[in-house]
Amino acid sequence: MKLVVAIIKPFKLDEVRQALTAIGVHGMTVTEVKGYGRQKGHTEIYRGAEYVVNFLPKLRIEIAVSSELADKAVDVITQAARTGQIGDGKIFVTPIDHALRIRTGETDSDAL
Amino acid sequence: MGVLSRHAARAAATFSIATLFASLVTPALAETSGINAADTAWMIAATALVLMMTIPGLALFYSGMVRKKNVLATMAQSLAAVAIISVLWVAFGYSLAFVGDGPWLGTLDRWFLAGMKMDDVNPAAKTIPEALFMLYQMTFAIITVALVAGAVADRMRFSAYLLFSVGWFMFVYVPLAHWVWGGGFLATMGVLDFAGGLVVHLSAGVGGLVAAKVMGRRHGYGTENLAPFDLSLAVIGTGMLWVGWFGFNGGSALSASPRAVMAITATHLAACAGALTWGAIEWSTRRKPSVLGMISGAVAGLGTITPASGFVAPWHGIVIGIIAGLFCFWACTSLKQRFNYDDSLDVFGVHGVGGMTGTLLAGVFATTAIGGTSGLLEGNPQQLLIQFYGVAVTLLWSGAITFVLLKLVGAFVPLRVSLQQEMEGLDISQHGEALQ
Repeated sequence: MKLVVAIIKPFKLDEVRQALTAIGVHGMTVTEVKGYGRQKGHTEIYRGAEYVVNFLPKLRIEIAVSSELADKAVDVITQAARTGQIGDGKIFVTPIDHALRIRTGETDSDAL
Repeated sequence: MGVLSRHAARAAATFSIATLFASLVTPALAETSGINAADTAWMIAATALVLMMTIPGLALFYSGMVRKKNVLATMAQSLAAVAIISVLWVAFGYSLAFVGDGPWLGTLDRWFLAGMKMDDVNPAAKTIPEALFMLYQMTFAIITVALVAGAVADRMRFSAYLLFSVGWFMFVYVPLAHWVWGGGFLATMGVLDFAGGLVVHLSAGVGGLVAAKVMGRRHGYGTENLAPFDLSLAVIGTGMLWVGWFGFNGGSALSASPRAVMAITATHLAACAGALTWGAIEWSTRRKPSVLGMISGAVAGLGTITPASGFVAPWHGIVIGIIAGLFCFWACTSLKQRFNYDDSLDVFGVHGVGGMTGTLLAGVFATTAIGGTSGLLEGNPQQLLIQFYGVAVTLLWSGAITFVLLKLVGAFVPLRVSLQQEMEGLDISQHGEALQ
């Protein structure tokens, strides 16, 4: 089992969700987050006063998938979330030791 | 022919019956008081429009430009101004400003509206009830006091603000209103200020500048992100100010008259020209016309046309709006940076500079055909000198009294919140409430 964590641009959420649903990913957790990478934020100007906004709004998507599906999920997220501009985001994949569905008590791959 | 004569006979009969009926119902009132229904209706509407300029107009305009933790505190300042100044205006403000024509101050004959009857009129507005004239002028006092608060937003203690507002109203606004509008020495001298370039905008702007200097800069000014919380609120507030300004400038004709319409037309055009100018400067120098810039330009245009509206032709509104955009942009960006003062919401940059510019431009563009006074362009350079004098008096008076008042209030109550309270936000520290 793998946990795929993707940081994406907020307006790309629908495309990413549709692409993941199409390959059989049935659930996801989405969190509104702020951060920066190489983009280093942007500058806003108010009546001549300049403010550097370091932390930009992003969405953090978490999906738990079987190991076989992980590469495919990473592929479709990459395609759906990509604009080609700086700030498109990142994807991290980590192993999951154990998983459990609270309602039924099912574990590991049955719980995904 | 027969049809025509029948019509004429019927019209004559109707007219005579109407005259007879009118004379029975209102035998003497209309002749003695001269109260006019159209003027009264328009001035009721104008009064409501100007009151709307403070709440919600100014409250939204200002609170949209502060940080989220100070939104309620900023709105509270506008709200408190309405409540306090209204009571003080009825108590003594109106009487001292608009009753009696001494050179320095009026009288207390109308304190708490003593002896005011329903059909009384003020000599300054003979076709509307005196109570309505009093209410209309009250809305000006309210917004002027509320305007000053923008310069010290984000850091002034609420209790200090209340004390300061009471003093500022008593010692800056009331005398100035009398000098310029109530038959005081600036009025007899012939200073032109149709709707408050001196009394409202310059006095508030200078008061704000002095207050900003005395209070000191906000914590984090120039180093931390003090960006506005929600400019969409400021845009809505601007819209309400803009519409309200029709009552502000149009109502200052004190009648439902062609002059009111001319004033409103010039007002609207100045707002548009100001917004376009400020946006264009940003577009050319910073590659993007900001929303804050366009609304700032609109308010600058409105403030600048205020003293001149009612004296100039509508197309002058465009010229004055463009000049307002240029001057106020320069004041809010270059001037403020050069002298390094923290006028939080640019009360001086927009209202002070706008009020000053507009008062002088009234002396340039005043046309006899609109307001009965000629300016520089019509061959009367003397008027411009008189306008300069009005500006100088207002600058000195508002600046000096504001300074003294702040020192006085500061001796009793700390003017500023503590550093920790400032960082926490004034909503929580002053009012125990916050936006989530």
